[in-house]
Amino acid sequence: MTLSQFLSQLFATAVSLLLAPLMLGWVVQLRAWLQNRRGPGIFQPYRTLHKLFNKDSVMAGTASPLFRFAPYLIFGCMLLASAIVPTLSTDLPLAKAADAIALVGLFALARIFISLAAMDVGTAFGTLGARREMFVGFLAEPALLMVLFTSSLIAHSTSLKTIVITQTHKSFTIHPSLIFAAFAFILIFLAENARIPVDNPSTHLELTMIHEALILEYSGRHLALLEWASALKLLAYSSIGIVLFLPWGISTKGSILSLLYALPIFILKLLIFGIVIALIETFSAKMRIFRVPEFLTIAFLLAVIGMLTYILLGVKAS
Amino acid sequence: MTELSIQLINLFASFLLLLAFAMLAQRRVINLVNIYAMQGLTVAAATGVVAYVTHQEHLYYSAAMTLVLKVFLIPWILRRLIKRLDVRWDVETLINIPSMMLIGIVLVVFSFNLALPISKLSTSVSPGTLGIALACVLLSFMMMITRSKALPQVIGFLSMENALVFAATSATSGMPMVVELGIALDVLVGIFILGVFMFQIREQFESLDISHLENLREE
Repeated sequence: MTLSQFLSQLFATAVSLLLAPLMLGWVVQLRAWLQNRRGPGIFQPYRTLHKLFNKDSVMAGTASPLFRFAPYLIFGCMLLASAIVPTLSTDLPLAKAADAIALVGLFALARIFISLAAMDVGTAFGTLGARREMFVGFLAEPALLMVLFTSSLIAHSTSLKTIVITQTHKSFTIHPSLIFAAFAFILIFLAENARIPVDNPSTHLELTMIHEALILEYSGRHLALLEWASALKLLAYSSIGIVLFLPWGISTKGSILSLLYALPIFILKLLIFGIVIALIETFSAKMRIFRVPEFLTIAFLLAVIGMLTYILLGVKAS
Repeated sequence: MTELSIQLINLFASFLLLLAFAMLAQRRVINLVNIYAMQGLTVAAATGVVAYVTHQEHLYYSAAMTLVLKVFLIPWILRRLIKRLDVRWDVETLINIPSMMLIGIVLVVFSFNLALPISKLSTSVSPGTLGIALACVLLSFMMMITRSKALPQVIGFLSMENALVFAATSATSGMPMVVELGIALDVLVGIFILGVFMFQIREQFESLDISHLENLREE
């Protein structure tokens, strides 16, 4: 790895770090506008993070070292995940480092640790949140893998970098299978990021919460790290969506200048993605937790059908 | 240009499959009617593209007929039926929806495998769509089996007919005009008769649940 590559990677990672709270703020603000409220402004997540970092962190007396260690690990996982996804350029050193399957593994690692940390203190809410998180996770993960496999089939590689290059540099073809995959991906996106039909990120209502129940015991800088990590997760998932379904505009060179060119297009796509999420969240109601399996079965099914249609429609008349 | 058109037909085919699954997962009758109308629109568009590719003029008429009949007329009749029968919140399925979805996947795999050798022999513009059309037929069939109320069953029947028309146009580049007119008329008459039936069933049993029909009544 040369110095310039290192700098580009640093730049791209810094961009994801800074954009992540902004993306969250944008979605919250849009939702507020759609509901005829004024909203807190798109910079609110930064203010929250600043406030939390300046507060003392309180630990439960029964907390083990795992509880203290988990926020750093989860934050690291999410940062690494958003660095692996080739958001700005395909020629970054970390974009080659891992493929789509490793990426899903990284999300799984973060999920396991957040659940363990939630159960660690031994409160009822933490255990409840952990159970629900694993419940959603084990249904969403295979569906996400199937979506990634559909794109991998088209690109003949599980590397996200190759997927982007195949999509952008071959002649334009309509892939019906990608439409299925895109629908499935939106469902998985909503479930994995604790968005409205599955979980409501803005309430502490004990009957429904998943994500909030997990991090209920955390405070101060640990809570800030976890909030930032969930914003990074949102960004990482949006980036995966962009890479799989709208890869046009991602640079193939690794210089900082080409990254700067790719940045406005990336931000524009994120803005549009945010609008889509906010619309879905406004128009749908929170599901009962027992409807979640149905929701995610549909996601899994769509992804599988996407793969099958790719295989079937690939048949040429002989 | 033909390359793009074929891709478009494939796209419509997948969209039809998507709608078939959406129908399977749907609990509200009124949404079923909307999905049915969307299905009709997809079939009409696909027929139009096939007509354009194969330069068959009568397919344009067929597309127009599909559009009028299946996007406007039949959904309108169905909506009126729903209103008059007052069954807007009909939500019952015999098997729960996730397992229905999984059975659906099995059906899709089955029909894809079944259609694969046939599509290899086919000389039409888009041989791959035959498997999808077959899958749609089977899925609609399953919907008819797994719904306990009369109206979803009728919609399942209608969507099966949609899938058959799509199979005919895309896999064999269209049927003769007379046959298509006949089918369209059959469907229209069918829906009137079924509508009358539904009123009769409700009159007799004060419910649209078909399982009442299984019991013999002695009077």
